[in-house]
Parts: sequence; structure tokens; C-alpha cells
Amino acid sequence: MRVGVITFPGTLDDRDAARAVVAGGSEAVSLWHADADLKNVDAVILPGGFSYGDYLRCGAISRFAPVMSLVIEAAGKGMPVLGICNGFQVLCESHLLPGALTRNSDLHFLCRDQEIEIVNNTTAWTSSYKSGEKIVIPLKNGEGSFQCDDNTLAQLEGEGHVIARYVGQNPNGSRNLIAGITNARGNVVGLMPHPEHAINELTGPSAQGLGFFTSILNAMVK
Amino acid sequence: MSLDTVSIAQSTPDNVQPFAELGLKPDEYARIKEILGRRPTSSELAMYSVMWSEHCSYKSSKVHLKQFGDKAPKSDALLVGIGENAGVVDVGQGYAVTFKIESHNHPSFIEPYQGAATGVGGIVRDILTMGARPIAVMDPLRFGPADAPDTRRVLPGIVAGVGGYGNCLGLPNIGGEVVFDETYIGNPLVNALCVGVMKHSDIKLAKAAGAGNLVVLYGAKTGGDGIGGVSVLASETFGTGGSTKRPSVQVGDPFVEKVLIECSLEIFAEDLVVGIQDLGGAGLSCATSELASGGSGGMQVSLDKVPLRDPSLSPEEILMSESQERMCAIVEPSKIGRFLEICKKWDVTVTVIGEVTDGDRLEITWNGEVIVNVPPRTVAHEGPVYNRPMAQPAYIDEVNSQKVNVPMPNSAAEIKAAVLKLAGAPNLADKSWVTAQYDKYVQGNTIQAQPDDSGMVRLDETTNLGVAISTDANANWSYLNPYQGAKLALAEAARNIATAGARPLAVTNCLNFGSPEDPAVMWQFAESVRGLADGCLEMGLPVTGGNVSFYNQTGSVAILPTPVIGVLGVIQDVRTRTPMSFTSAGLELYLLGQTQEDLAGSEWAFLHGQRVGQSPTADLAREMRLIELLLEGNAFFSAAHDLSQGGLSAGLTEMVLRHNVGAVISLSNPAVDLLSETPGRVIVAIESNKTSQLQALATKYSIEISKLGTTGGDSLTINESIIALSELREVHTSTFPRLFG
Repeated sequence: MRVGVITFPGTLDDRDAARAVVAGGSEAVSLWHADADLKNVDAVILPGGFSYGDYLRCGAISRFAPVMSLVIEAAGKGMPVLGICNGFQVLCESHLLPGALTRNSDLHFLCRDQEIEIVNNTTAWTSSYKSGEKIVIPLKNGEGSFQCDDNTLAQLEGEGHVIARYVGQNPNGSRNLIAGITNARGNVVGLMPHPEHAINELTGPSAQGLGFFTSILNAMVK
Repeated sequence: MSLDTVSIAQSTPDNVQPFAELGLKPDEYARIKEILGRRPTSSELAMYSVMWSEHCSYKSSKVHLKQFGDKAPKSDALLVGIGENAGVVDVGQGYAVTFKIESHNHPSFIEPYQGAATGVGGIVRDILTMGARPIAVMDPLRFGPADAPDTRRVLPGIVAGVGGYGNCLGLPNIGGEVVFDETYIGNPLVNALCVGVMKHSDIKLAKAAGAGNLVVLYGAKTGGDGIGGVSVLASETFGTGGSTKRPSVQVGDPFVEKVLIECSLEIFAEDLVVGIQDLGGAGLSCATSELASGGSGGMQVSLDKVPLRDPSLSPEEILMSESQERMCAIVEPSKIGRFLEICKKWDVTVTVIGEVTDGDRLEITWNGEVIVNVPPRTVAHEGPVYNRPMAQPAYIDEVNSQKVNVPMPNSAAEIKAAVLKLAGAPNLADKSWVTAQYDKYVQGNTIQAQPDDSGMVRLDETTNLGVAISTDANANWSYLNPYQGAKLALAEAARNIATAGARPLAVTNCLNFGSPEDPAVMWQFAESVRGLADGCLEMGLPVTGGNVSFYNQTGSVAILPTPVIGVLGVIQDVRTRTPMSFTSAGLELYLLGQTQEDLAGSEWAFLHGQRVGQSPTADLAREMRLIELLLEGNAFFSAAHDLSQGGLSAGLTEMVLRHNVGAVISLSNPAVDLLSETPGRVIVAIESNKTSQLQALATKYSIEISKLGTTGGDSLTINESIIALSELREVHTSTFPRLFG
């Protein structure tokens, strides 16, 4: 099982994502934004960071990176794709997922341990969790407020495409406390908090983020 | 402006030059003429003026700082000492760690966000320049009164700037300080520390050796930002009626720096550079003269090749520009091809601007005309040295002869009120409002971060080797007694890493003071340096580098003497660290060390407007025994927490709130026990069956211990005072949101 981790200029959590992939039982494969080559990976992670300095809009430049056209194509064929934080923003800019991530409602960067509830455990990236399972993983971003129009929101909710919600006080003003969403097929997932920073209690608030990286094995076995 | 060349300078010896406006004194200007045997060209004048500024030349502090070398303890750990961009220490297993702290105080007052951001950027490049991957940052910050209107402008901007830059670089912020005092109102202190890791063989130095090697400038293009910032901003008091010279503060672009870091590390990994220097204060003037001076001495640079953001810049401005995110490397011709390839991969602008020569002059040309021809050592390393007059200020005897006279709590209600008052005091209140704006998780190696006693990061995922760092200063004590204050700050920083189980190894410092032209300030500075040097010698800890920031004053009012001391230590296995608090009930709490009536310089005295009395006297032999006790006790301590500002009251507050587990405490003399700030004290939590082990350690290391109480419950109970954790938490956590939104 080979999981590609893309590095854009300004990507920060690529080594962390690769570490989590390995901890989850897969092989991590580095992918470079400028390469038109997915190196035969079975799944792709777009990690967190500030790709291209988040200039223009978060993720707006990265979506045009050569590697992204391959990711978009592969996602269309069902390859599991996980975008974490900045990666989520890139997925929205790439129109693999609907909506947009805007500045946190209090306008501050926010780094804290965040409780979220997994509300859809049928995706390629969440099947290791029970539906309704609550986990604590780091949230760290300046632009994490999920926004979309009313129709899109109704569709996301109506078709069960919300995969995780913030528990308790809304940390950033996201609509319906949305922390993560998926596409209709369930192979593309975008998540604002960082499961790759919660793979053990030594360096994270918990080991509860590991499920995202073990889920992908289930997806392949199927 | 017409080009001023060396030949013109020779033919027009009597041209009047604006040396004073550039911050040079008449005798300094005369010395430049003597060195060159003619008047300097305008470009040379620009170079000398920035490089001979206080900020770059350390001209007022040098005579004192040499004590760090003279009194250096013997240390096998020191791989690179003072003088390079940052010191390097051996931490075992083939790893070397470099760390340094620097100030960016003045720019941060003028433009808080960019000042703080570029402060982080500058220290990170210093660490990168040593060949290391930066792995964490810390930021000790000091502000005017918490409720002052200008603090509402300065603090949010500085915090956002530290976060904005550091977060975007992918560097976890693992600690620091936030302290308020009225003397910082016009002079906030932004000190930034960075730590980096490398293998021994990867150490890089700032030297340009080997004639024919190429001088390569890479990173951001050069613009007009920060021109003269070093000489003017950092060397002149600004304030009411003072100088109007206020050039722009540099503007940072952390994305460019992040790419520059990755690009540089790839270049280093392939061993493509002979020497390297970052462009910080004094920009190209500094980088070229330091590289040439550190090597054989000769260098030729074609300044017109420097890529510009603003094509209208004059050669003088290019030499002085402090545009951020630039590096200068010395590269062998055979390796330049690969060097350029890696830069291209990262989309980093790169230009060969000159070469190393076998002469002993730094020659800079502009479209073929020679505009600089100087001996580089006279620019970089042989600047003026002042033995400035100093005198013990009159206030010392006056405040030392007075006794702190503050209300002391007696009744249960008064004790509760005192604990709550300290818990909510801005200097002691919960700092989450600040630290939540910093990414502490990135890189996935953070073991401890604020509010822990120290920051700790893992270096090796296989062996779990790690380092811990703490920065500390107690400016109140330094005000009362700068010699003791520096020693006490050193002891506190060392203790703060030992509580977690890390062994102190090396010291860095950021010495923030008022004007060196004031004999009273100079005396505070000299005493602080003497205290730190003596302390380091006694504790066997080498000073690996540091930074001096003078002219932190508004009018005649200087800041409190604020020597910020950083201590780095090693822990063999981060999994064995002792946490700063407990997670379960039924543990026994002990105080290591004995409480005296030390209220002078305490937070309790500060809250009552008193800064009088005598600071405690540092007993470093005892501190070292305490450190050994902590390191040995690490094997069985459930928790350990240093006591400093706010004394036992603050220490207990922080411990019970950390994991929401209360404690029942019994004190014989609660007022003094809670409020005194006697140094060298630590609270430890142990399982009840470990009591005899603790007793044995206390006896072995001759440290007094006393039982404080036991953990558990949902309140902090001190004798008859019962403080619900919910109430304590509300008071502790509401201060910053209330003040800063």
C-alpha cells in the first residue's frame, strides 16, 4: 500500500503526514508539486502548510501545480485523496470538494487540541472509526472557517457528506460546525484539524488521529 | 546622485560627508580616513556606518562580553563558540545543536507585526547559516502595563507577527515569556530564540576561503526596506523631540524564507558551499565583509549584478538594504552548476555576484567602477571599542536600604483573595490567548511547550534523544541587584529544564538595556555580564553566543535591566521526562528547598507598586545540587514544577489547573510560604510509597524538603481556604481575553 504525500513550496506538515502514513501501516511516497508523476501510489495526501505562501487565496495557486491535474484525474477514478488543513483548501480550490475555507471568525490563528465527532465512517479515510466517535486532535490554522451557500450545505447534510464536526464551541465560525467533508463517492476527504499530529501521546494530544491512516488500508482491502 | 568612486574620493579629499547623520562620531570618521588613507567613498561610508553601529559592532559591550570567553568553563560539548552566527554544542549520538536568541525590540515598537515577524526570520536564518535544520522557536516578550492603550496596539501585533512568520515557516513555538512593566511602554522587548539540529560533520562557518571561489547571492531580491535600520533604528534613542530618522522597518515574507530553508538544506546536504552567511542587519555590507574577514581576506563583488526589486536603488542603498530572506554563499566553481540547479528546483533567485581573491581587500565595483576598496577586517571585526564610563546608580543604595512593606494575608478569606489576585495578575495569568496563535505541533517532535517549565523537542525518533530549552529573566531582581539578577536568571533557566529531567548543557543570552551612554545603565550592564559570566563558570555551562540590545529607553527612562538567559539541556529519552503537573489524586506533594521571606522583587510586591529591598543571593552550588537531585529523581517523580514569579501560590495554581486535579495543602506560615519568591525551590509530586526514596535523595544532595499536602479533589485547599478549581480557572484564564479581546 503506497500513499503519496505531496510537497508544494511552503508545505509544512509533509514529514508529519509521511510519519503518520507509516504509523498507519502503509508506505509513504514523496511527491513533488512540479512532477507530473504519481509514482504508482494507491492514495494521496495533501498535507498542511502554507503552499505558495497562501498568496491570492489559500490553495488557489497550488491547484494549478502539475501534480494536481494527475490528482484530480485519479480522484475522478476513485483514488483515495485526503486533504488536511491547507490540503483541504487545495481540494476546494480544485473543485474536488465544494465550499471554501475562510478566515477564522475571530481573525486569529488558532492552535489548540480540538474535540471532533466522526459523523460519517463510510469514507476511504474514516472507516476505522465508529460513527459518532469523538476524538481529540490538533486544530491549527488561520483560515479554517468552512463556508458554502445554503443549497450546498443542504446537499452536504442531506447526502451525509459531512464527515466530522467540531464538538462544543465553534472554534472558527464554520457552518454547521463542519470540520471535514467528503465527495459523493467517499474517496476524497477534506479535514481542517490535523490527525497526523495525533498518532501518539508523546507528541500529540492523543493517538486518536491514527484512524485516518489505518482506514485507508480497509479501503484498499475492499 | 552621481557615483562616488575610489578615484573620485582620492581626488576630492575635502568633500564634506554626512557621517554624523549616519550615526558615526567625528573620531570614528577620522579613523576610517586613517585606515583608508583617504576619505571613504559614500559606499564605504555606508558600510562602515552600519557595521560600526552599536548593533553590529558591539562597541560598547565588547570589553565586558569578553568575560564569557575569559571565564569560560571547560566544556567538551562546545563545538563552535562565540563569534560565529550561533554557537554549536554536541548533544551526543553524532548530533549537534545550535541555538541563539536575538532582539528585535525597536522595529517591533514602530511596526509590531513586521518587527516581530522579521525578528523570528532573522534568528532562524542565523541557525540555518550554521548548517542546521531549524526545529523550534521561542519568544520572550515584554510590554508596557497590560492595561495601557499602547499595549493593546503593540501586543496583538507582536504576537500575530511572531505567529504569522513562525507558523508559516513550520517551526513549532515551544515557549517564551510574556511580562508587563511600565518601563517597557515605549520599548517593548521582542526576543526570539531559534534552535536547530545537524550532524557534527554538517557545521558551516562564515568564511570565504579559496581564491577563485564564487560569491553567490540567493533568496529574495534586494529592495529599499530597512535601509539604515541598523545604524539608525537600533543605535539612536527615538522618542519625544529626538531624531526624526525613522527608516522603514523590514517587511518579511515567510514563504520565501521557508523555501530558502529547504533549498539551503538541500544545498548543504550535497556539501556545495565553502562558507555561508545570512543577510540580516547591515545586509550585504555585513555579509561580504564578514565572509571576507573570516576567510583569507580578499573578495571582489560586482554590486550591479545584485537582483533588485527596486531598480532605482543606489549602490549605497543596496549595500545597506536589510531586505529579508537573503543568503550569501561561497561556492567552488566546480559545484556552482549543481548549486544553481537546486535553486531552480525551489524557484529561488540566485546570482553569482563576485569571487574570492588572493588579495586582502574587499573590492566592490558598480558597472566596472571601484566604489569600495577596504580591508574587510576593519569593517567587520575591528570596529571601534569603547570602555564607556559607568557608575553605580544612586537608586541602588536607596532601594536596597528599604524593606518591602505590603499587606500580608492572614485569614482564610485573605489567603484565598491573595491566591486569586496572583492567578489573575497579567504577569502570571494563563497565556493561552498568546500561545494559541502559535503552532506548537508542526514537525511532530514537540514533547513540551508553554505552559510547561521548558520547551522540549525530540531530535531522533529512534533513540528518543531530545533537547529542552528555557528562557528566563527576572528584571525586578536585576533592578535591585544586576549581578545577582543575572545569576538568578541563569539558575532559574537551568532549573526549568532540570525539572523535566534534562541536563543543562549550554547558555545563550539576550541582554536588553537602556542607553550605554548613561553610566548608570552601563554599570547595570557590566554587573549583569559579570554575574552571568561568574554564574556560568560556577555551573560549568559555556556561553555559546548572544545578543546585546542597547538604547531601550524613552527620554531619560531606561527599561529595567533585562538579561534574558536561555539554557539548553539534553535528555536521553524524552519518554522519561517528568511532566510539570499531576493527573491523579492521592499523590504526595513536597517542596524542595526552604522558603525565606523573599518579597523583594516579588510579584506580590510588584502588584503593590513596590520595587525595593534586596534581591535574594544566588547559591549556585546549592542550585547545582538541586539539579542533580531533579535529574536523579526523574526516575520516580510523578510531576515537578519550578517555583519562580508568584512563588508557591502561582506554582500550585498552575499545577492544579493543568489537568484539573486539585490539592489539599497545609502551610505553617501561609502568607510567606505562598508569596515569597525564594529561588531554588521546586514542587514535586510522588506516589506515597516513594517518600523514603525522596528523603534519601534530599539527604544525599543536602536539599531541605517539606511536605506540602496531597493531590485530589476539585479545589485548591490551603489550610482553611478552599478555592474551587472552576473559580481559580475563571480568574486565571479571563485576564488576557479581557485585556486583548
